[in-house]
This record gives sequence, structure tokens and C-alpha cells, in this order.
Amino acid sequence: MATRNPVTWLGAPAFPKAAREALADTQLRANLRRATGTIRGRRAEAVGEVEQWEVLRRAGAAIKDDVLANLDTYLVRLEEAVTARGGVVHWARDAAEANAIVLDLVRATGADEVVKVKSMATAEIGLNEALAEGGVTAVETDLAELIVQLGDDRPSHVLVPAIHRNRSEIREIFAREMPDAPEGLTDEPADLAEAAREHLRRKFLSARVAISGANFAVADTGSVVVLESEGNGRMCLTLPETLITVMGIEKLVPTWRDLEVFLQLLPRSSTAERMNPYTSVWTGVHPGDGPREFHLVLLDNGRTATLADPVGRQALRCIRCSACLNVCPVYERTGGKSYGSVYPGPIGAILTPQLVDDPHDAQAASLPFASSLCGACFEVCPVRIDIPEVLVHLRERSVRARGRRSPEAVAMAAAAWVFGSPRRYERAQRLGSLARFVARGGTISHLPWPASRWTDARDAPVPAPESFRTWWRNNRG
Amino acid sequence: MADARGEILARIRGALADRPETPEVPRDYLRALPRAADLLAERIAHYRATVHRVDAAGLPVAIGAALRRRGAVSVAAPADLPPEWLVSGVRWMPDSPPLSTEQLDGCDGVVTGCAVAVAETGTLVLDAGPAQGRRVLTLLPDYHLCVVRAEQIAGTVPEALARLEPTRPLTFVSGPSATSDIELDRVEGVHGPRTLEVLLVESRPAEH
Ligand code: SF4
Repeated sequence: MATRNPVTWLGAPAFPKAAREALADTQLRANLRRATGTIRGRRAEAVGEVEQWEVLRRAGAAIKDDVLANLDTYLVRLEEAVTARGGVVHWARDAAEANAIVLDLVRATGADEVVKVKSMATAEIGLNEALAEGGVTAVETDLAELIVQLGDDRPSHVLVPAIHRNRSEIREIFAREMPDAPEGLTDEPADLAEAAREHLRRKFLSARVAISGANFAVADTGSVVVLESEGNGRMCLTLPETLITVMGIEKLVPTWRDLEVFLQLLPRSSTAERMNPYTSVWTGVHPGDGPREFHLVLLDNGRTATLADPVGRQALRCIRCSACLNVCPVYERTGGKSYGSVYPGPIGAILTPQLVDDPHDAQAASLPFASSLCGACFEVCPVRIDIPEVLVHLRERSVRARGRRSPEAVAMAAAAWVFGSPRRYERAQRLGSLARFVARGGTISHLPWPASRWTDARDAPVPAPESFRTWWRNNRG
Repeated sequence: MADARGEILARIRGALADRPETPEVPRDYLRALPRAADLLAERIAHYRATVHRVDAAGLPVAIGAALRRRGAVSVAAPADLPPEWLVSGVRWMPDSPPLSTEQLDGCDGVVTGCAVAVAETGTLVLDAGPAQGRRVLTLLPDYHLCVVRAEQIAGTVPEALARLEPTRPLTFVSGPSATSDIELDRVEGVHGPRTLEVLLVESRPAEH
């Protein structure tokens, strides 16, 4: 078979080991606790304001299920509509094929630098690295991506890749890595934003090629939609002569009207705003306004494999709002990088292993165990993905593939359960046993109570969710 | 190399062998909202944009006053901006022939109309239609003064989308450029206009 799927990072350790390292980083945990705590409260407010939120969630889920059930029809319809409006549609079976298409398109323009607006799809396929190998520099223009890129770091959140950095760390990265950083740069967010504005301005004005992702594409009109905050997206979508958009094949909505649901669900769920500052919609090429060339790359890369699983396919409804990350107690303690993938948190735990689609990949197979099954992710998910259901399903699948009582399976599930509660975590640490049972598979025979209750159980590796839920409600409301 | 398009479509058909059903989409969410102008003004202000309510006769004066307060001297304008909006005391830069990016980057602001506004979310939608021009006009200048007429206000997102033509180039603007990337807190002002000011034109003064 072909090359590995870059959705997971080469050499990333399995979740329990990575999580153990992350747990030792108290600065990281403090940054995450603060940021996710803020956004949790604000999301609840933004959602609470909408009386029919539950109707919208059901509508969102139903529209996406319609898309998935008729994906072939809608994709062909989208292709026709985009082509009719002067765009060019490309199809890519996997990451390597998508990267090759984009590199060829960039080379055809003669450009050796491209500006990019944050896109999960291009992060998933490792596009920046592939472009670099081909001699093309990709400049990330989203503030958080810029922080990650300048800091030579990995992203740790779907929406805010640099969520693990606080303002003083960001100031330090800018001062060190930005040649044009102003003297005496402070750690005031407004100053940091200003520094990014100055740093990127010339790049935007001179860029000839831009690369973007897409939040949605409307099958019957061919319209592509990008939501953003800073205006870097608008710069990329309107200034260069050539625009290349890479989009997962599931990012469709059937009709223009369907967007009325998602333009309500997404901003309130992701940045907890009534509306994000900027949303751009374009359809093919608009003569005299914006790029003269538009290419749309439709990416499979494991999505059709995910679609084949009747339980797991609901992960393809995801609109990447990141609400599930922000409420997840395991994510909050271990950070996004422990998941070893561009898709961390609860959605990553169910999407990444399905996209990888390889039962022998131990790292990916460990991800469905990175959860305490508390159910908070399902409650906030704007498209009602039953993440706990898929987690249990994928655990069973992995246990079936690797042996039900395989030591790794046991260790991973136990680790996830312990990370779920500070009380349990501290207790395990006190007993000096944490390292033992989150270390490596193979040596675990016995866990301290209460995890022992669970390792002694014979059935699927599902820790007692009830006690955790109680803890969650008491502690988090 | 086999054809990627054919193979992906075949994979999809294979993956859907269980013929999942197409569900009914519930649509009984909110579509109309009363008192839309008041709500719009409140919600735009919430994003730390400034809103002034004026009547039609007072619009040119309000445009002049806003530009003076801002200290804007060279101001970009879509080619079809209504002549009465082109008040004196300003060096107007009409986008015809099209302004270069450098010219736009160097000007002090831009004045436009809009296609639709969404009260519930405090959003202005530009569609490159009358008095709006190319998308880049409202992107490079650091100050955007936008005129909204009362009849352009839709109460909700569904109502607004129904009024828009999706195949036009659309830009939804909700407050000034901002970021939530530093500790997940909204900070105004990154790449787009850092100041947004709105003139809301009503035929009669608002009733209370
Ligand atoms: S799974 Fe749901 S909550 Fe999580 S990112 Fe996707 S849409 Fe948002």
C-alpha cells in the first residue's frame, strides 16, 4: 500500500505516553485551563441566546446526513457548478496526490511563495512540508498559525492552533523570530496583533498565489464559503491572481438555503460570537473582482473509508468548531499535541483513527481511548455527533483487531480514565503508580483502586462513565 | 494512474452500500424578528463598531461629520457611490479606473453602502452591488464607513440569506477585524479595517 497518512505526525508516541509528558508541563496546563475556561462560559452564553438551538442542531445533523447519504451526487453537482463559473476542479485520493496537484498549480504560476489562510485540510495533508520540498515557501497568515510557524511548533487546537501559548510566550516568539518586530513589543494582545499586521502586510500586497481551505461549499451553486476573524482570509481570497482551495469531500451543503443553519451554528459554537468578523463567499471566478484563476481540490484521504462505517461515519458531519475540545476534561489536562495529530480532542479521537484506516497503527488506535466518556462533547456538538458512541465503537474495533485484553488497550483506557479527574490523577500520582500504568503496554497486571475495578472487568474497555459524569456536573456545571 | 475522480466516486458508492436514508431537515427555527433596526444598532455596537442613526436628508452631513471626526482626507469610493454622498472637504478616490492595491493601502478610509444587514447578528453583507464595488475596497483601508438603509435590514440569518444572490461575491462583515487567537479572547484589529462605523438611515426617527 501507499505512504502513511500524514494526518498523524510521524513518530508521535501513543496517547498515554504523550499525555504523561504533557501532564508534567504545568505551564501548558495553566494556559489551557485558562483559555478553555473562558471560551466555555462564552459559548454557553452565545448558545443560550438562541431559543431554537436544539432545532438548529437537529437541522445541522440532518443536512450533513443528507450530504453523506448522497455524497456522490452532490460532489458531481458541485463540480459542474464550479466549472460553469470558471473554476477548475481537481480530485485527490490521498495526501500525496493533493500535494502534487497543488505544487504543480503553484509551479505553473512561477511563484516560489504562497500565502495561506488557516485550513485543517492542508494541515492534515502536510501541504506546507510538501511545498517546501518542492521549493515553494508557504506563509501562514492566521495569527495562531503564524505563532506556531514562527515558534517551529505543532498546532494543538483546531481553531486556535497556538492555544497552548500565553501572551508572554507569544511576545517572546515574535521578538525572537520576526525580523521586523517593533522595539519594545509588549505582551498586550492588541500590540501583538499590530505586529502581525505589519509583518504580513507586504506579503499580502505582493502575493500571486493563495491557498485556502473551505468551511462549506454549496453543491447547487458552486459557492465556496470561508469564515474567519482577522481579514487575512479576505486578503488571500481577493488579492492574489490565483486561488487554490483544498477541501475535504464532506464539506458540502446541498443548497444555499442550508447555510442559514451553519452560519448560526458555527460562529456561536467556535468563537462564541453571534457572527465571526468576516465570512467570504465566492463562486468560481468573478471577473474584475478577485483572483483570475480558481482551483478547487476535492480531497478524500480516508474520508471514503470513514464513510463506509455506519457508526463511525457521523464523524464526517464535523464542521470543525472545536467546541468539543474546549469542554473535554482529558483535552484540558493533556493538551492537543498529545493526540499526535492535527485533529486533537474528542473529534480527533474519533476522526484521526478512521482517516488513518490502519488497525496496525498503534498510535492512531490509541486515540479512541483518550476519553473518559463523560459525554460533554456530544452535548455541545452543533451537529450532534455522538462522540462517546463512536469512541466505544472504535475501541471495540481496535480491541477486536488487537486482542480484547491486550495490555495496551487496558493501559490506554485506564490512563484516559485517570486523566479525566484531577482527584484520580493526584491519587494515582501519590501512589507513585501513574508512570507504571500509563507507561508502556505490556507490564500492567494490576492497577490501584479504583482503576483496578475496571482492569479486572472482562468486557469492552469502557470505564464507569456514571461516576465521572457526577464528578463533571459537580465541578463544571 | 487511474482516474482519481472515478475512483473516489466509486469508493463513495461502495461505502454507501447500506443505503443510509436521507433524513427530513427540521426548519422550524426562527426566521423573522421585529424591531430589527434597534436590534441591529445594538448588535453592531456590541462588536465595538460605532453606529449613528440618521434620516435620509441628514445622510450627507453625517458622512462628512464622520470622515472629519476620523481625520480621513483621501477616501476610496466605489465608482457608483451616490453623488450626494461625495461631500466636500474630502479627497475622493473613485475606483474607476480601478485603484491599485498600493493606492487603496495608502488611503485613509472607504465609504460604501451594503446589500443586506442582519439584525440578530449585527452583520453587514456586501455583494459588489450598488454603492459597494469590488471586495478589496473594504479590505485594505483601515477605516470603513458603511451606510445601511432601513429596508436593507433582515431580522435573522435565514431571512438575510433568502435575500442574497449566492453567485455574487459576498462579504459578511460583523464588526471590525478581530482575532481570538491570543488566549481565546476577542481583540479588535488585525488585517482588515480596524475601525468600522455605520450610518443607519431611517425615513422616520426611531420610535420608542
Ligand atoms: S465534533 Fe462537533 S463539537 Fe467537535 S469540532 Fe466537530 S462539530 Fe465541533
